[in-house]
Amino acid sequence: MRDNTAMLETLFPLGVSHYVVGGLLVGIGISTIFIFTGRIAGASTVFTSSWSYMLKGSFFKEMSPTRSWRIALSLGLVLGGFVYFLFVADGVATVTAITPMRLLLGGALVGIGTRMANGCASGHGICGNATFEKDSLVATVTFLAVGMIVASLSSLLI
Amino acid sequence: MKKREYIAIILGGAVFGFGLAFSGAAIPEITLSFLRLEDLGLLFVIGIGLAVTATTFYVVPKYMKTSFFGSEFTTKVSLPVTKRTIIGASIFGLGWGLTGLCPGTSFAALGMGNLPILYGIVGMFLGALIYGQIRSRK
Repeated sequence: MRDNTAMLETLFPLGVSHYVVGGLLVGIGISTIFIFTGRIAGASTVFTSSWSYMLKGSFFKEMSPTRSWRIALSLGLVLGGFVYFLFVADGVATVTAITPMRLLLGGALVGIGTRMANGCASGHGICGNATFEKDSLVATVTFLAVGMIVASLSSLLI
Repeated sequence: MKKREYIAIILGGAVFGFGLAFSGAAIPEITLSFLRLEDLGLLFVIGIGLAVTATTFYVVPKYMKTSFFGSEFTTKVSLPVTKRTIIGASIFGLGWGLTGLCPGTSFAALGMGNLPILYGIVGMFLGALIYGQIRSRK
């Protein structure tokens, strides 16, 4: 018994309950959108579809039919974080120590990569895997593996 | 699209975003600690989120002809695994491993008052712009 407790503390030093509750809410949020509107809530397409308001390129235009609800989804995600900030974190912001340059560069790679692979952690990792799409499984395994290697190496550097 | 559908998407998105905040997934340092295998808790977020979503996607269309507000249920078009799937997911993994940011968590983080994440979001818009311009030329 004591061994099990020690192992849990090693694998999950912050405990597991908030992860479990958070995961349930993520699933309930995506399910709500699906049940009421039939839409599949992938978060990354907004970065491409929104450009169709300003640009005529065919790749942007292809995604214009979904552009308005994708902005609504992004606003909803921000709102959810804000509710947490107000009522759970009591107005205390968690501000990252990661440098602006690294956020900008990493963000650009995320923007390129998610569109090239047709999805991100929500689009492939949750929604795509939920319908057993082969490309989602391949993408998820790939970004998890690369992410783990890069994060481990970058902790040695910085 | 109907106004009430937008409201459902904003509210559903808010539950989704609140879940990302509450779990800690929207804190880049927590995601990085998961990727460094120091705290495996994010497996619960992905696993349970996936289990709930999979159940909904599978069960609900069996009992409802259309969604509650009348739109058809989106059926994801199965895309083949191509070089782009692997290269794109690797580029995403590189950015994710450098910053701990992915699209959904970035928006939730912004709501949590983590304002520097705006740099990451601007980066995502710029990356998607560059990629979209290249793909539009062909």
